[in-house]
Amino acid sequence: MKFTIMINEGPYQHQSSDSALQFARAVLAQGHEIFRVFFYHDGVNNGSRLSVPPADDRLLQKEWSELSKEHDLDLVLCIAAAQRRGIMDASEAERQGLDANNIIEGFHISGLGQLIEGGIQSDRTIVFGD
Amino acid sequence: MATKKFMFVNRKAPYGSVYALEALEVVLISAAFEQDVSLAFIDDGVYQITKGQNTDAIGQKNFSNTFKALGDYEINKLYVEKESLEERGLTQDDLMDLVWEDEDDDWAEKPSIIMVNRSEMADVMAEQEVTLSF
Amino acid sequence: MAMLHIVNKSPFEKVSFRSCLNHARAGDSILMIEDAAVGALDGTSFSDKLKTAMADKSVYVLGGDLTARGLSEDRMIDGVKAIDYAGFVDLTVENETTQSWL
Repeated sequence: MKFTIMINEGPYQHQSSDSALQFARAVLAQGHEIFRVFFYHDGVNNGSRLSVPPADDRLLQKEWSELSKEHDLDLVLCIAAAQRRGIMDASEAERQGLDANNIIEGFHISGLGQLIEGGIQSDRTIVFGD
Repeated sequence: MATKKFMFVNRKAPYGSVYALEALEVVLISAAFEQDVSLAFIDDGVYQITKGQNTDAIGQKNFSNTFKALGDYEINKLYVEKESLEERGLTQDDLMDLVWEDEDDDWAEKPSIIMVNRSEMADVMAEQEVTLSF
Repeated sequence: MAMLHIVNKSPFEKVSFRSCLNHARAGDSILMIEDAAVGALDGTSFSDKLKTAMADKSVYVLGGDLTARGLSEDRMIDGVKAIDYAGFVDLTVENETTQSWL
């Protein structure tokens, strides 16, 4: 079965990113397919590579990034939500005339249409948020 | 592309958090995909479509007028739950007059707001294929 | 169509859980995750509400969210099923649609 997962909260502030990560791993472990993971609202903060939690805490952004590498996941940060919150890839930073980018490997930035397309193309769409 | 029944469920008041505004942005994008779109306003979500919103004193943009544009994008099924209004001391008169123009009926103006009771809302929710909550 | 309702708010803090119960239909399933897991306990001011819903709906809790909050499964309302993330995935497959009560 094909899944799209929507994540609406940033890491650490709320459990939803942890829950979604556990859920995504379980989906893949059962042989299902993840069509797309779409990060919206503060969820776009899951795509920052500049997080440095204490050494004994999990690094959620890296866990998503590694899961993506392992399973070739399509991790999409909403462009409008990302721009509001200062999450930038290199080309977007350049286009906006900014001096830095901060997106972690495995994520990419795209439009809200990707969420709707995910809903259309997937058998199940599951929302995690606050 | 296939057509699915999408429902956007709004349960939060506007301005106190960004959910209402960013939910509306998703709704507007969905129009481009020609899906069968419905909106549900329950609990504090009913405050999103009250009339006379004025944000001058809080430093945020008043986005309530965007709801009036939804009809132009053929998003014209806005289900509002009667019990949620009543619990909050509101009636339909407190809501914006949201309409759409029916091109199959000589562009007659028709209401987009559909008042339903709780069990009717549950039935509408049960018909959906993709439910996005905000 | 059967629906899986996913709740993640404590019934003692927010109205989301009550709203979910008000809109779930006979034959639907309700899964408590995150802070909603505390709703699985018996002997609370909320448990009668959940028991009423259980007459025609199946109710599940993510066991890990319950134990994380220092609560053991033997304090749960009879008939609530504790599941893990694999069980969560199964529920999303068994039900045609899902709705998250954020």
